[in-house]
Amino acid sequence: MPGKVTSVLMVGVGGQGIILASKILARIIQKQGFDLKISEVHGMAQRGGSVVTHLRFGESVSSPIIDAGQADYILAGEKLEAWRWLPMLRTGGTVVTSTQEIKPVPVIMGAQKYPAKIMAALEQEAGGRVGSLVALDALALASACGQPRAANVVLSGVLSRLLGFPPEACEEAVREVVPPRFLAENMRAFRAGYQY
Amino acid sequence: MGKVLMTGNEAIARGAFEAGVRFAAAYPGTPSTEILENIARYAEIDAQWSCNEKVALEVGLGAALAGSRVLVAMKHVGVNVAADPLMTLSYTGINGGLVLVAADDPGMHSSQNEQDSRHYARLGKVPMLEPSDSQEAKDMVAAALDLSEEFDTPVMLKSSTRISHAQSLVALGDRRDVPVKPYVKDAKKYVMIPAFGRLRHVVVEERMARLRELADRSPLNRIEWRDRSVGVICAGICYQYVREALPEASVLKIGMCYPLPAGLIKEFAAGTEKLYVVEELDPFMEEQIKAMGIAVRGKELFPLVGEISPNMVAEKIAGRALSGRLEVPGHSDEPIPMRPPVLCPGCAHRGVFYILRKLKLVASGDIGCYTLGCLPPLEGMDTCICMGASISGALGLEKGNPDLKGKVVGVIGDSTFFHSGLTGIADIVYNRGTVLTMVLDNRITAMTGHQHHPGSGKTLKGDPTVAIDIGEVCRALGVKRVSEVDPYDLAALEKAIRTEVSAGEPSVLVVRRPCALLDKSAKGIYYIDTGKCIDCGLCMKLGCPAISRGDEAMAVDAVLCTGCGVCVQVCKKEAIVKGGQS
Repeated sequence: MPGKVTSVLMVGVGGQGIILASKILARIIQKQGFDLKISEVHGMAQRGGSVVTHLRFGESVSSPIIDAGQADYILAGEKLEAWRWLPMLRTGGTVVTSTQEIKPVPVIMGAQKYPAKIMAALEQEAGGRVGSLVALDALALASACGQPRAANVVLSGVLSRLLGFPPEACEEAVREVVPPRFLAENMRAFRAGYQY
Repeated sequence: MGKVLMTGNEAIARGAFEAGVRFAAAYPGTPSTEILENIARYAEIDAQWSCNEKVALEVGLGAALAGSRVLVAMKHVGVNVAADPLMTLSYTGINGGLVLVAADDPGMHSSQNEQDSRHYARLGKVPMLEPSDSQEAKDMVAAALDLSEEFDTPVMLKSSTRISHAQSLVALGDRRDVPVKPYVKDAKKYVMIPAFGRLRHVVVEERMARLRELADRSPLNRIEWRDRSVGVICAGICYQYVREALPEASVLKIGMCYPLPAGLIKEFAAGTEKLYVVEELDPFMEEQIKAMGIAVRGKELFPLVGEISPNMVAEKIAGRALSGRLEVPGHSDEPIPMRPPVLCPGCAHRGVFYILRKLKLVASGDIGCYTLGCLPPLEGMDTCICMGASISGALGLEKGNPDLKGKVVGVIGDSTFFHSGLTGIADIVYNRGTVLTMVLDNRITAMTGHQHHPGSGKTLKGDPTVAIDIGEVCRALGVKRVSEVDPYDLAALEKAIRTEVSAGEPSVLVVRRPCALLDKSAKGIYYIDTGKCIDCGLCMKLGCPAISRGDEAMAVDAVLCTGCGVCVQVCKKEAIVKGGQS
């Protein structure tokens, strides 16, 4: 039997920097000597679309995709996406979500309403079916670091601390993955998340 | 060197580099596009975007006959276009090795169908390899090329969305130096007139017999004995799902899915109590295994439609899923709004479909971002079948119903026009059709992530080249009415469409504006003057993500607005005004 595999589902809205955040996490995980697999779906014009990245790591990983009820962590750049993908969480798993709200097209068009009580519902589940909930305004934190598009980098910082990854290895990974001209603000964003 | 995290597509490109490939060609198509984008980074490989998949394979076969190792890549439906050369290339064989990568899309993440490209290997009598992760994707390119040269045949490599777009760790190797083989004229092998073709068909069948023998001893196929009460035959991504779901089960891992290893399958069947085959889409392996007289369960448990998952494997074979949906009270009380793909803010296609719908024309559509013009609120497209069918299908619509004469428009993108549009134009001119063809020229292959094409002026490697003029091409094909219009000018666009659709002769309207994602020129942004806005909702009919009905009034999102100005022309109250703060 292979050792335990940790499954992280990263969800958000196109243009929130989820690709860079998953690259940073992947590099940190690789530095810890784990096997890992990441699965994404590209395709139809993704701007403003729902974006999902499956990340799994452990001693040895087979499937690159996470099934319903299997995610140890859901990392959401937007709260409606946290809510949408919640059935993917295992009982007692952790949700890390930004409290940001990005209206989907049917809401913009006035055809549907943005669900009003997402945070209240998540908070009610915390400590139960949702083992723990970390809710933060990642956009505000990222903006304060000088890069609003680094909201997902903030979240990857939060997750890295929850997973117990050593800060030195994390920061080394950030330096290796982020292009030099964007490094300063992304490093600040990662630290803001790690220290949250 | 440590292992590197790579997508399947990056790994296939690396495999081509390491295996000494000298030439590569493709037409972009999800999920295969990044193979050639990554190959283009290797200076040692001459790589190109071809006009379409048939051309890519033909250029590729020429390079292989000339003596080089070659890789050609396409999505599953691209193989339909390339099927003609493929079937006969199987007869001629190659000189330098040739691998054809076909990337399937079960689940149709970004495709018009979910055909199973393994049938092409059987139809063309060519071997097909199927990797299960990025390491195998890289290694199997070399294995395919070795096999290609050893057996004098093109070899197919089957990927899928979950292989091409999944990342896993890969150990890199060095590039093998494979010199160009001498070119030898051999008409009996390379000129497929019937007399020579009959001789070559015999060679093909002999080759298949030798490949079947090889399948049983190839390391690409292997039995992993564990608990023998359950045995599963699987390939590709399904191998990973089976290992995840049934870690104790014995597995026959198929790396060469055509021809199948009959001896190995019989040995495996004899050594297991219950035998299953897990494969996505068609019962390709299952039917062949059953034809061997072996009892195996496959599609009675697994769907013919869509993707398989580890949970599905556990549920169908072990009787219990690994996990289930987390049920949270209230989660299903209120529908969760979807985030459907939409035309981007500032997209030049938006005005086109707005006008087509307004004029109630029949729009024969095509494949690209603009296919989204079929969705509400634009709803300006009637059909979309395959690359190029817009133009030829429009002619058929006109011929098939007299009521449609003068009301039919073919709508095609610039890259799609060079892929399969030219023959349709010639057909309209030749057969005295009168339809209007609109070429939505955004100067790039936008849908797949901005790849160059014969009209964009750059090659895959980024070198400047001739930009073929679409209007000139149409004139040369005999179209007398060729005009251009800017899709941001709705009045001019509507006038041009009205005039040209009823011209009574073939007409081509080139609708030109660069893709909004590439045009970074500052055009200023707009805001809504709430004093003038009467909340009529006309601007909402454009389906622009930058315009929303806020809690109190209509609003323009200053971050999303590109300043295209199309909404301004739709508003009857002059309530949309330039000058908002970015």
